[in-house]
Amino acid sequence: MGWLEGRFEENVITTTIEQAINWARESSMWPMTFGLACCAIEMMATGASRYDIDRFGAGAFRATPRQADLMIVAGTVNFKMASRVRRLYNQMPDPKFVIAMGACTCGGGPYYKYGYNVVKGVDLIVPVDVYVPGCPPRPEALLEGLMRIQDKVRGMKALTKGQPIDMPIPSRTGYVLLPPELSDPDPQKAVEKQNEFARRTKELATPAKA
Amino acid sequence: MSTGTLSRQEPTIVEYDVRTDEMLVNMGPQHPSTHGVLRLVLRTDGEVISEVTPHLGYLHRCAEKIGENVTPIQFIPYTDRMDYLAGMNMNLAYSLAVEKLCGMKIPEKAQVIRVIIAELNRIASHLVGMGAYGLDLGTFSPFLYAFREREMILDLFEEVCGARLTYSYITIGGVHDDLPPGWIERCQKFLDYFKPRIPEYHTLLTTNHIFVQRTANVGVLSKETALSYGCTGPVLRGSLDRRKGDPAWDLRKIEPYCGYETYDFRAVIPPFDDWDVGNRPWEPPPGTVIGDAWHRFMVRMLEVVESIKIIEQALKRYPNAQGAHRIEPPKHLPAGEAYQETEAPRGQMGFYIVGRPTKDAVPLRVRARSSCFCNLSVANEICRGCLIADIPAIVGSLDFVMGEVDR
Amino acid sequence: MSPAEIIATLEKKFGDRIKAKRLDVPDAYVVIEPGDLLEVCRFLRDEPGLRFEILNCITGVDYLEPDPKKAPKAGFEPHLEVVYHLSSFTYPGQRFCLKLMLPRWKDNQPGQLPEVPSVASLWRTADWHEREVYDLCGIYFTGHPDLRRILLADDWEGHPLRKDYEFPLEYHGIRGR
Repeated sequence: MGWLEGRFEENVITTTIEQAINWARESSMWPMTFGLACCAIEMMATGASRYDIDRFGAGAFRATPRQADLMIVAGTVNFKMASRVRRLYNQMPDPKFVIAMGACTCGGGPYYKYGYNVVKGVDLIVPVDVYVPGCPPRPEALLEGLMRIQDKVRGMKALTKGQPIDMPIPSRTGYVLLPPELSDPDPQKAVEKQNEFARRTKELATPAKA
Repeated sequence: MSTGTLSRQEPTIVEYDVRTDEMLVNMGPQHPSTHGVLRLVLRTDGEVISEVTPHLGYLHRCAEKIGENVTPIQFIPYTDRMDYLAGMNMNLAYSLAVEKLCGMKIPEKAQVIRVIIAELNRIASHLVGMGAYGLDLGTFSPFLYAFREREMILDLFEEVCGARLTYSYITIGGVHDDLPPGWIERCQKFLDYFKPRIPEYHTLLTTNHIFVQRTANVGVLSKETALSYGCTGPVLRGSLDRRKGDPAWDLRKIEPYCGYETYDFRAVIPPFDDWDVGNRPWEPPPGTVIGDAWHRFMVRMLEVVESIKIIEQALKRYPNAQGAHRIEPPKHLPAGEAYQETEAPRGQMGFYIVGRPTKDAVPLRVRARSSCFCNLSVANEICRGCLIADIPAIVGSLDFVMGEVDR
Repeated sequence: MSPAEIIATLEKKFGDRIKAKRLDVPDAYVVIEPGDLLEVCRFLRDEPGLRFEILNCITGVDYLEPDPKKAPKAGFEPHLEVVYHLSSFTYPGQRFCLKLMLPRWKDNQPGQLPEVPSVASLWRTADWHEREVYDLCGIYFTGHPDLRRILLADDWEGHPLRKDYEFPLEYHGIRGR
């Protein structure tokens, strides 16, 4: 900061407290050490020598969710892991942010069709703020995603308007409200309906003869 | 400071006299030192581990089901995502299995490129292994140095295939593209830069007093246990002893593929007395015994040196290599089955592929024999009797990738 | 020993308990009955000259064509195979392959898993591999010390690597597709 030092006389900067707090918050995003799969290696590379996520104030990787502001879901989430991801999210203090890193967390990615055990998008489990596509995304893409989170923090009006954060869009929850053609008060009938639906989807999915 | 394996006959150890409460400690799936999403349930007596139960499957991604629904070429990208630290070696293993089933002969040029690329990726993988092992044991700087060098390898990979981590470059019938012009020189330049750095790593980590104290005589794995559990790769080699006449168990030596038999290199097994590690005269640090975590780590470090040797020979061969970089694979898989194992950075990676009798393009079954799966299964055996603080040191020295364990 | 010699040794010892053999394939194999598995495996592991100390892999293969139109032309009868890949440490480079043929369901009653004796007492590798085969292919290993699911969740239904497996539409409130 050599070129800045000694240039100003003793001054007062006026700002709103909202902006000051948001500025502090965006400049010290602490992500959680939460590597799941391949994307975790790119997340490590983002934190390592060349890309250096510390430049954006997000280099202090926390091992526990209770000290973290940002969850970077780096890698495929499967059904066995889903409840753990949800629990980790619940353990984080407010305000909390989620980056869905990689194609798998955005919507199943390459495991969409035959992955019987893969959650088709982490937004079915936790609300997601920023999606970073790619398989895996380059470190630059993750940094871009981090900057979008910082934009979001900058626009927060928690103090003045009292509203914490807007719900991310799309705000899906993890629970399925089945459509009427699949649900029935009688469980036996519901199972029949679902089997019928599965059979029909299968028929539709089979490619036509040339 | 570790106590190594405790035994009841040891008169100096009093922990067994004082009974403390038995408790169950859960480690993971989200734990910074479990290399991903492994969950360990530890049954402990005070601080001493009496049983470790690994729980897998938090990264099960149905690779085998996908394999029997797509054609072999379409399955290549999924093999990248199994062992995501060594994607090229996974591509190579699956390509070799399919080529064995189809009975294809690969041109010399493609083989030379494959050897260069696979060994470069072995270096990159062991660098991450070293950096992450340092992180497990509480030191951060080796990680930064390792990633500095790894980024240079990734730059080379980016030039040949465009991807940083999931390459799909080695494919059935050869490699996807020829090496770009000038790549050989840049690769040689990188090796010249990299070679003097290796003694620095030894100063930083291998002979570091704290590191040696954490890893020496911890998690000792005997040869018989390793064989019974099917351990391979550095985990097995760290338990062998050249003085007792154990074979240098490296598939590149004993069942050569891709023309490895024509390269001059050695399989790394302890003791390391005649290896040039930069600071002679060389003696193993005090307290280390064959089969402990330090030896497993050291095998990886020396494999990097051997890989550099192989790459340099292959780079010289490349300009005169005959043939094309790729031949066209047959449209349909023949009936029958083939099982092929290769020496991946983490051990023997095998693929078993069954073709349909109707000569379809889609195989009937694809099975991945994961090296880390077997290496991890030994965890209960070698963690018993250690302290909880030794768990990261032992588990880190097995150097597994959960994507490959769960597939 | 070459694969032909290994098979000859086995035939000399076990006679007509070796049900079938193939030598003209990339990996030579013999087919045996599940009842003889433990005996043959112990022989392969301990016999001087064979010494297969390493069990590389256990694979379950489901031979079934779920499409009824293609089934008559599939080229195989519906059945399950368990394949054991062995290699020797004493004699580097020596490999062998064992196969078991099983019905898809025990006594042809859907839902009853076919049974195979466990080899976990001979090779500790088999412990996890058999759990995986049980989990994904649905083959029950009798005498296994701790046979439970290893990769999928404990309350999972079905065995995904069976060809007639239906993908779940929903799991614990998370939609599957």
